Amino acid sequence: MSNLLEVRGVSKRFGGLVAVSDVSFSLAEGEIIGLIGPNGAGKTTLFNVVNGVYKADQGSITFAGKDITRDSPDKVVHLGLARTHQIVKPLNDLTLLDNVTVGACFGREYLGMNAARKVASEVLQRVGLGNRAEMTARSLTIAGKKRLEVARALAAKPKLLLLDEVLAGLNPTEVATMIELVRKIRDSGVSVLMIEHLMQAIMSLSDRIVVLNLGRKLAEGQPDEVVHNSDVVEAYLGFPDIVDKLTRSD
Amino acid sequence: MIFIFRRPFFWIILLIAAGFVYAPLHGNNVSLREDLILVAIAIILASNLNLMIGYTGYVNFGHIVFYGLGGYVGLYLTTVRSWNLVLSAVVAGAVVSLCAFLFGLAILRLRGAYFALATIGILQAVQAFVSNFDPWGRSTGMYLSFNSYQSLGGARRALWITYFLIIAVMALSMIVSLAIKNSKFGLGLFAIREDEDAAVVLGVNATMYKAIIYSVSAFLPAVAGALMFFKNGMIDPSIAFEYMLSLEGIVMLMLGGQGSVIGAALGGALYEKLRSYLLTNPVLSNFHLVIAGGLLLIVVLFAPGGLIGWVYRLVPRARKVIE
Repeated sequence: MSNLLEVRGVSKRFGGLVAVSDVSFSLAEGEIIGLIGPNGAGKTTLFNVVNGVYKADQGSITFAGKDITRDSPDKVVHLGLARTHQIVKPLNDLTLLDNVTVGACFGREYLGMNAARKVASEVLQRVGLGNRAEMTARSLTIAGKKRLEVARALAAKPKLLLLDEVLAGLNPTEVATMIELVRKIRDSGVSVLMIEHLMQAIMSLSDRIVVLNLGRKLAEGQPDEVVHNSDVVEAYLGFPDIVDKLTRSD
Repeated sequence: MIFIFRRPFFWIILLIAAGFVYAPLHGNNVSLREDLILVAIAIILASNLNLMIGYTGYVNFGHIVFYGLGGYVGLYLTTVRSWNLVLSAVVAGAVVSLCAFLFGLAILRLRGAYFALATIGILQAVQAFVSNFDPWGRSTGMYLSFNSYQSLGGARRALWITYFLIIAVMALSMIVSLAIKNSKFGLGLFAIREDEDAAVVLGVNATMYKAIIYSVSAFLPAVAGALMFFKNGMIDPSIAFEYMLSLEGIVMLMLGGQGSVIGAALGGALYEKLRSYLLTNPVLSNFHLVIAGGLLLIVVLFAPGGLIGWVYRLVPRARKVIE
């Protein structure tokens, strides 16, 4: 089977700073890939290059058989690649329903208003915000805003969802519900590429893990392989005994 | 577009327009007609400015340029080319709208204060161009030949016809605002207003949407300009591109409540009444801009939602009926 997303030799520079350097990886349909790395490793920049917010200086990105290297973010969504933001971007003065309706209206299916509203209320129900549909986005807690991000992206009916730290800043109960939600999303046939710092979550969710450090790909493989890779342990986890702790706690 | 007839507010707009038509006709009250024509122009300007500021979140300081340019194109067509009034006005609207679309593609890459500055630049540039454009009489402007009134059955009848046309443009301005507010296009604009980067990532083609709404917000003011300067019988650069009127449009919008169809209209009407009172008052006539500035400050500081925002807070259900 062909790959859904193919990233080949992508680099992105900001002036003298090389944020992403010659990164390649691919994602098969139905897969969850975890993207990890220390702060400043270039994870979010890579996301921004993949969905077209930044243009890659080098390399190419292919999504569902189409070259999207030069496409703007709004075109990329129509093809079925949606994302959430690490720093949430709610449409503050609009209701949750309107927020999600925007996602459905301008997503892959480019729905009309009535159909989009229907999809939006379904999706809100799915992420557990169904009873708050008429509230403004401003009034949500941070956990609620993260779920809203996911809901908006889902309403676009994507084939691939990029999740940028949807667990950061959530308390343990909220983390558990969010992990459950990501599982459900995968089970519904959507592939996921996720950036996450929370190791337990990424270990349990990901089929494969890609590790970035200083803009370069450091390692790639099954979760178990990756955490035992000595380069990764040194660059990302810092002290070898953290690995023992992690593997023991489950 | 069928959905719009189902909204109660659509019928309210038609009622308002009917009131505007009936009031001066009843007893052939010409001075009331002249009052109402200014109110209607204020409503047209404020409603269309609302599409940019209230819906899309882009402050346009040079909105009056559309009105003035529409006036010039309209007067040129009726006088020099001897076209009929309605056709001239519609063509003026289309020409100005097209210009706005091209300007928009260029300056709408700017955001926030930089966009606002660019709109002032456009106003100045167009005014400078018109002041030096020979076919349009440079800084002395153009006069309507009296013959143009003949085709409408004499001056008296022509003035009434122009009035009704302006009222139609006023109603149309509010209907366009209402239709956009309830459409997918409008939702895209609201998303741009709230967070343009997020809107683009959600799939809104922000560049195209902004250029289209900038162009739409130019059309009816240009038509109104063509009608109004036909009625006045003359035009020159200083009255066509009156910078103060551009600023006052923003005051109207803030006063009534930006983002709301009735808010823009109400603000336009109230401010115009206030302005004509102040201008004709011997003590206050030099102070009307001072008062406008003070009013703007008070609204921005204490009632950012304007009059209609205050009503919505008191009666949340009003949102569904008066939009």
